[in-house]
Amino acid sequence: MEFITQPWPWYIAGPVISIVMFLLFYFGKRFGVSSNLETLCSIGGAGKFIDYFKIDWKQNSWNLIFIAGSITGGFIASQWLSTSDVVALNPQTVKDLAAIGIANAGSSYLPDEIFSIDTMLTIKGFFTLIIAGIMVGFGSRWAGGCTSGHAIVGLSNLELPSLISVIGFFIGGLTMTWFILPLIF
Amino acid sequence: MKYIKFFLVGILFGIVMTKAEIISWYRIYEMFKFQSFHMYGIIGSAIILGMISMFLFRKKMVRTFEGNDINVTPKKKGLYRNLLGGILFGLGWALAGACPGPMFVLIGKGVVSILVVIFGATLGAFLYGLFKEKIPH
Repeated sequence: MEFITQPWPWYIAGPVISIVMFLLFYFGKRFGVSSNLETLCSIGGAGKFIDYFKIDWKQNSWNLIFIAGSITGGFIASQWLSTSDVVALNPQTVKDLAAIGIANAGSSYLPDEIFSIDTMLTIKGFFTLIIAGIMVGFGSRWAGGCTSGHAIVGLSNLELPSLISVIGFFIGGLTMTWFILPLIF
Repeated sequence: MKYIKFFLVGILFGIVMTKAEIISWYRIYEMFKFQSFHMYGIIGSAIILGMISMFLFRKKMVRTFEGNDINVTPKKKGLYRNLLGGILFGLGWALAGACPGPMFVLIGKGVVSILVVIFGATLGAFLYGLFKEKIPH
Protein backbone atom coordinates (compact mmCIF):
# COMPACT_ATOMS: atom_id res chain seq x y z
CA MET A 1 0.00 0.00 0.00
CA GLU A 2 2.88 2.35 0.70
CA PHE A 3 3.93 1.99 -2.92
CA ILE A 4 0.50 3.25 -3.98
CA THR A 5 0.31 6.19 -1.58
CA GLN A 6 3.74 7.57 -2.49
CA PRO A 7 4.05 9.74 -5.60
CA TRP A 8 4.30 7.50 -8.66
CA PRO A 9 7.56 7.63 -10.63
CA TRP A 10 7.62 8.40 -14.35
CA TYR A 11 8.31 4.78 -15.33
CA ILE A 12 4.98 3.76 -13.81
CA ALA A 13 2.97 6.76 -15.01
CA GLY A 14 4.11 6.70 -18.66
CA PRO A 15 3.18 3.03 -19.20
CA VAL A 16 -0.17 3.49 -17.40
CA ILE A 17 -1.03 6.41 -19.72
CA SER A 18 -0.08 4.23 -22.66
CA ILE A 19 -2.42 1.52 -21.34
CA VAL A 20 -5.22 4.12 -21.14
CA MET A 21 -4.61 4.96 -24.81
CA PHE A 22 -4.49 1.29 -25.76
CA LEU A 23 -7.76 0.52 -23.96
CA LEU A 24 -9.61 3.40 -25.64
CA PHE A 25 -8.52 2.13 -29.07
CA TYR A 26 -9.39 -1.43 -28.02
CA PHE A 27 -12.88 -0.17 -27.15
CA GLY A 28 -13.16 1.34 -30.63
CA LYS A 29 -12.51 4.99 -29.70
CA ARG A 30 -9.46 7.21 -29.43
CA PHE A 31 -7.58 9.10 -26.74
CA GLY A 32 -8.14 12.85 -26.98
CA VAL A 33 -9.42 15.09 -24.22
CA SER A 34 -9.69 18.52 -25.86
CA SER A 35 -12.44 17.44 -28.29
CA ASN A 36 -14.70 17.36 -25.23
CA LEU A 37 -14.49 21.15 -25.16
CA GLU A 38 -16.26 21.25 -28.53
CA THR A 39 -18.80 18.74 -27.31
CA LEU A 40 -19.50 21.00 -24.32
CA CYS A 41 -20.08 23.90 -26.75
CA SER A 42 -22.51 21.78 -28.75
CA ILE A 43 -24.41 20.73 -25.63
CA GLY A 44 -24.53 24.37 -24.59
CA GLY A 45 -26.33 25.20 -27.83
CA ALA A 46 -23.46 26.73 -29.84
CA GLY A 47 -24.81 24.93 -32.91
CA LYS A 48 -27.63 27.49 -33.02
CA PHE A 49 -25.13 30.20 -33.96
CA ILE A 50 -22.29 28.31 -35.61
CA ASP A 51 -22.62 25.35 -37.96
CA TYR A 52 -19.26 24.01 -36.75
CA PHE A 53 -20.93 22.98 -33.49
CA LYS A 54 -23.98 21.42 -35.16
CA ILE A 55 -22.99 17.88 -34.42
CA ASP A 56 -24.74 14.93 -32.91
CA TRP A 57 -22.87 15.25 -29.63
CA LYS A 58 -24.35 12.01 -28.32
CA GLN A 59 -21.80 10.10 -30.39
CA ASN A 60 -19.12 11.76 -28.22
CA SER A 61 -20.82 10.95 -24.95
CA TRP A 62 -18.36 8.10 -24.31
CA ASN A 63 -15.64 10.77 -24.02
CA LEU A 64 -17.67 12.79 -21.52
CA ILE A 65 -18.09 9.58 -19.51
CA PHE A 66 -14.30 9.18 -19.69
CA ILE A 67 -13.98 12.71 -18.27
CA ALA A 68 -16.46 11.90 -15.52
CA GLY A 69 -14.26 8.92 -14.68
CA SER A 70 -11.16 11.15 -14.67
CA ILE A 71 -12.78 13.51 -12.18
CA THR A 72 -13.73 10.52 -10.03
CA GLY A 73 -10.19 9.14 -10.33
CA GLY A 74 -8.78 12.48 -9.21
CA PHE A 75 -11.11 12.38 -6.22
CA ILE A 76 -10.22 8.79 -5.30
CA ALA A 77 -6.48 9.42 -5.63
CA SER A 78 -6.46 12.58 -3.55
CA GLN A 79 -8.88 11.32 -0.88
CA TRP A 80 -7.70 7.79 -0.31
CA LEU A 81 -4.47 7.07 -2.18
CA SER A 82 -2.31 9.94 -0.99
CA THR A 83 -0.72 10.74 2.33
CA SER A 84 0.88 14.04 1.35
CA ASP A 85 0.38 16.84 -1.15
CA VAL A 86 4.04 17.86 -1.18
CA VAL A 87 5.66 17.85 -4.63
CA ALA A 88 9.38 17.07 -4.47
CA LEU A 89 10.60 19.70 -6.91
CA ASN A 90 14.14 20.43 -7.99
CA PRO A 91 15.45 22.91 -5.34
CA GLN A 92 16.48 25.19 -8.18
CA THR A 93 12.85 25.30 -9.37
CA VAL A 94 11.75 26.37 -5.89
CA LYS A 95 14.39 29.14 -5.90
CA ASP A 96 13.46 30.29 -9.41
CA LEU A 97 9.78 30.49 -8.44
CA ALA A 98 10.54 32.42 -5.26
CA ALA A 99 12.46 34.91 -7.42
CA ILE A 100 9.42 35.57 -9.63
CA GLY A 101 7.00 35.88 -6.70
CA ILE A 102 5.68 32.37 -6.12
CA ALA A 103 6.45 31.34 -2.55
CA ASN A 104 6.50 27.85 -0.97
CA ALA A 105 6.69 26.06 -4.32
CA GLY A 106 5.93 22.37 -3.96
CA SER A 107 4.21 22.60 -0.56
CA SER A 108 1.04 21.58 -2.37
CA TYR A 109 0.07 20.72 -5.98
CA LEU A 110 -0.84 24.26 -7.02
CA PRO A 111 0.43 27.77 -6.23
CA ASP A 112 -1.96 29.91 -4.17
CA GLU A 113 -0.73 32.89 -6.21
CA ILE A 114 -2.80 31.53 -9.13
CA PHE A 115 -5.37 29.10 -7.75
CA SER A 116 -6.46 30.17 -4.27
CA ILE A 117 -10.06 31.36 -3.92
CA ASP A 118 -8.77 34.77 -2.80
CA THR A 119 -6.71 35.12 -5.98
CA MET A 120 -9.61 33.93 -8.12
CA LEU A 121 -11.78 36.70 -6.69
CA THR A 122 -9.38 39.46 -7.76
CA ILE A 123 -9.76 40.94 -11.23
CA LYS A 124 -6.19 40.09 -12.21
CA GLY A 125 -6.44 36.58 -10.80
CA PHE A 126 -9.75 35.87 -12.50
CA PHE A 127 -8.50 37.06 -15.88
CA THR A 128 -5.27 35.09 -15.52
CA LEU A 129 -7.30 31.90 -15.08
CA ILE A 130 -9.78 32.61 -17.83
CA ILE A 131 -7.18 33.77 -20.37
CA ALA A 132 -5.07 30.67 -19.68
CA GLY A 133 -8.17 28.60 -20.36
CA ILE A 134 -9.05 30.46 -23.55
CA MET A 135 -5.55 29.92 -24.93
CA VAL A 136 -5.69 26.21 -24.12
CA GLY A 137 -9.16 25.80 -25.63
CA PHE A 138 -8.65 27.91 -28.75
CA GLY A 139 -5.13 26.59 -29.33
CA SER A 140 -5.99 22.93 -28.95
CA ARG A 141 -8.94 23.11 -31.33
CA TRP A 142 -6.93 25.13 -33.85
CA ALA A 143 -4.13 22.58 -33.71
CA GLY A 144 -6.68 19.73 -33.67
CA GLY A 145 -5.46 18.14 -30.45
CA CYS A 146 -3.74 18.60 -27.11
CA THR A 147 -1.20 16.64 -25.13
CA SER A 148 -3.23 13.44 -25.39
CA GLY A 149 -4.29 13.57 -29.04
CA HIS A 150 -1.12 15.09 -30.50
CA ALA A 151 1.77 14.38 -28.13
CA ILE A 152 0.80 10.85 -27.07
CA VAL A 153 -1.34 9.43 -29.90
CA GLY A 154 0.03 11.50 -32.79
CA LEU A 155 3.70 11.04 -31.97
CA SER A 156 3.16 7.33 -31.25
CA ASN A 157 1.70 7.12 -34.74
CA LEU A 158 4.68 9.06 -36.21
CA GLU A 159 2.53 11.85 -37.62
CA LEU A 160 4.18 15.02 -38.91
CA PRO A 161 1.24 17.33 -37.97
CA SER A 162 1.59 16.15 -34.38
CA LEU A 163 5.35 16.76 -34.37
CA ILE A 164 4.75 20.31 -35.62
CA SER A 165 2.06 20.82 -32.97
CA VAL A 166 4.28 19.53 -30.16
CA ILE A 167 7.09 21.84 -31.33
CA GLY A 168 4.48 24.61 -31.14
CA PHE A 169 3.47 23.49 -27.61
CA PHE A 170 7.09 23.95 -26.57
CA ILE A 171 7.61 27.28 -28.30
CA GLY A 172 4.52 28.58 -26.49
CA GLY A 173 5.32 26.89 -23.17
CA LEU A 174 8.93 28.04 -23.09
CA THR A 175 7.92 31.61 -23.99
CA MET A 176 5.37 31.69 -21.19
CA THR A 177 7.64 30.09 -18.58
CA TRP A 178 10.84 31.99 -19.34
CA PHE A 179 9.59 35.40 -20.50
CA ILE A 180 5.95 36.05 -19.56
CA LEU A 181 5.45 34.40 -16.13
CA PRO A 182 8.21 36.56 -14.54
CA LEU A 183 6.20 39.63 -15.54
CA ILE A 184 2.87 38.47 -14.10
CA PHE A 185 3.45 38.08 -10.33
CA MET B 1 -23.89 -0.30 -19.36
CA LYS B 2 -21.81 -0.07 -22.52
CA TYR B 3 -20.35 3.18 -21.14
CA ILE B 4 -19.06 1.79 -17.85
CA LYS B 5 -15.75 0.75 -19.43
CA PHE B 6 -15.02 4.35 -20.42
CA PHE B 7 -15.81 5.44 -16.88
CA LEU B 8 -13.37 2.87 -15.49
CA VAL B 9 -10.60 3.82 -17.93
CA GLY B 10 -11.24 7.43 -16.94
CA ILE B 11 -10.80 6.54 -13.28
CA LEU B 12 -7.44 4.96 -14.08
CA PHE B 13 -6.46 8.08 -16.03
CA GLY B 14 -7.52 10.38 -13.17
CA ILE B 15 -5.59 8.34 -10.62
CA VAL B 16 -2.36 8.26 -12.62
CA MET B 17 -2.61 11.99 -13.41
CA THR B 18 -2.93 12.71 -9.69
CA LYS B 19 -0.48 10.17 -8.30
CA ALA B 20 2.31 11.08 -10.75
CA GLU B 21 1.74 14.78 -9.97
CA ILE B 22 1.01 15.52 -13.64
CA ILE B 23 -1.85 17.74 -12.46
CA SER B 24 0.61 19.85 -10.46
CA TRP B 25 1.22 23.33 -11.90
CA TYR B 26 4.77 23.08 -10.56
CA ARG B 27 5.60 19.96 -12.56
CA ILE B 28 4.73 21.77 -15.80
CA TYR B 29 6.82 24.79 -14.80
CA GLU B 30 9.72 22.51 -13.89
CA MET B 31 9.41 20.74 -17.25
CA PHE B 32 9.58 23.97 -19.23
CA LYS B 33 12.59 25.01 -17.11
CA PHE B 34 14.29 21.68 -18.01
CA GLN B 35 14.88 21.12 -14.29
CA SER B 36 13.42 17.63 -14.02
CA PHE B 37 13.25 14.48 -16.10
CA HIS B 38 9.89 13.50 -14.58
CA MET B 39 7.50 14.83 -17.25
CA TYR B 40 9.83 13.93 -20.13
CA GLY B 41 10.09 10.40 -18.78
CA ILE B 42 6.30 10.11 -18.56
CA ILE B 43 5.53 11.48 -22.02
CA GLY B 44 8.53 9.73 -23.59
CA SER B 45 7.76 6.29 -22.18
CA ALA B 46 4.06 6.66 -23.02
CA ILE B 47 5.01 7.42 -26.64
CA ILE B 48 7.53 4.58 -26.96
CA LEU B 49 5.01 2.05 -25.65
CA GLY B 50 2.36 3.76 -27.78
CA MET B 51 4.46 3.05 -30.86
CA ILE B 52 4.27 -0.64 -30.02
CA SER B 53 0.49 -0.38 -29.69
CA MET B 54 0.29 1.36 -33.07
CA PHE B 55 2.42 -1.38 -34.63
CA LEU B 56 0.10 -4.05 -33.24
CA PHE B 57 -2.94 -2.16 -34.56
CA ARG B 58 -1.41 -1.64 -38.01
CA LYS B 59 -0.40 -5.30 -38.33
CA LYS B 60 -3.92 -6.26 -37.18
CA MET B 61 -2.45 -8.29 -34.35
CA VAL B 62 -4.79 -6.39 -32.03
CA ARG B 63 -8.38 -5.60 -32.97
CA THR B 64 -11.17 -3.94 -31.04
CA PHE B 65 -13.08 -6.02 -28.52
CA GLU B 66 -15.76 -6.33 -31.19
CA GLY B 67 -13.26 -7.71 -33.69
CA ASN B 68 -12.97 -4.63 -35.91
CA ASP B 69 -9.70 -3.33 -37.32
CA ILE B 70 -8.20 -0.42 -35.43
CA ASN B 71 -7.50 2.43 -37.85
CA VAL B 72 -5.96 5.52 -36.35
CA THR B 73 -7.32 8.50 -38.28
CA PRO B 74 -4.39 10.81 -39.09
CA LYS B 75 -4.37 14.36 -37.75
CA LYS B 76 -5.14 17.18 -40.19
CA LYS B 77 -2.18 18.57 -42.11
CA GLY B 78 -1.43 22.27 -42.23
CA LEU B 79 1.58 24.22 -41.00
CA TYR B 80 -0.33 27.25 -39.67
CA ARG B 81 -2.98 25.19 -37.92
CA ASN B 82 -0.52 22.95 -36.15
CA LEU B 83 2.22 25.46 -35.41
CA LEU B 84 0.15 28.54 -34.46
CA GLY B 85 -2.51 26.51 -32.68
CA GLY B 86 0.27 24.63 -30.92
CA ILE B 87 2.01 27.83 -29.80
CA LEU B 88 -1.23 29.29 -28.43
CA PHE B 89 -1.95 26.03 -26.64
CA GLY B 90 1.58 25.99 -25.19
CA LEU B 91 1.20 29.53 -23.81
CA GLY B 92 -1.98 28.49 -22.04
CA TRP B 93 -0.55 25.16 -20.89
CA ALA B 94 2.39 26.82 -19.14
CA LEU B 95 0.20 29.54 -17.58
CA ALA B 96 -2.58 27.24 -16.35
CA GLY B 97 -0.07 24.49 -15.59
CA ALA B 98 -2.66 22.09 -16.91
CA CYS B 99 -3.74 20.76 -20.28
CA PRO B 100 -7.37 19.66 -20.80
CA GLY B 101 -7.06 16.22 -19.11
CA PRO B 102 -5.53 17.46 -15.85
CA MET B 103 -8.00 20.38 -15.75
CA PHE B 104 -10.86 17.93 -15.28
CA VAL B 105 -8.90 15.75 -12.86
CA LEU B 106 -8.29 18.84 -10.68
CA ILE B 107 -12.07 19.15 -10.18
CA GLY B 108 -11.87 15.78 -8.45
CA LYS B 109 -9.11 17.13 -6.25
CA GLY B 110 -11.53 19.83 -5.14
CA VAL B 111 -9.85 22.83 -6.80
CA VAL B 112 -12.69 25.33 -7.27
CA SER B 113 -10.73 27.88 -9.31
CA ILE B 114 -9.99 25.32 -12.05
CA LEU B 115 -13.67 25.70 -13.04
CA VAL B 116 -12.80 29.20 -14.26
CA VAL B 117 -10.00 27.73 -16.40
CA ILE B 118 -12.35 25.07 -17.80
CA PHE B 119 -14.97 27.72 -18.55
CA GLY B 120 -12.22 29.68 -20.35
CA ALA B 121 -11.16 26.59 -22.30
CA THR B 122 -14.74 25.93 -23.40
CA LEU B 123 -15.07 29.58 -24.37
CA GLY B 124 -11.79 29.25 -26.28
CA ALA B 125 -13.14 26.29 -28.24
CA PHE B 126 -16.29 28.32 -28.97
CA LEU B 127 -14.22 31.29 -30.17
CA TYR B 128 -12.25 28.95 -32.43
CA GLY B 129 -15.52 27.83 -34.02
CA LEU B 130 -16.50 31.48 -34.40
CA PHE B 131 -13.28 32.64 -36.08
CA LYS B 132 -12.37 29.39 -37.82
CA GLU B 133 -12.89 30.77 -41.34
CA LYS B 134 -10.84 33.90 -40.62
CA ILE B 135 -7.61 32.36 -39.35
CA PRO B 136 -4.96 30.52 -41.35
CA HIS B 137 -4.85 26.75 -41.39
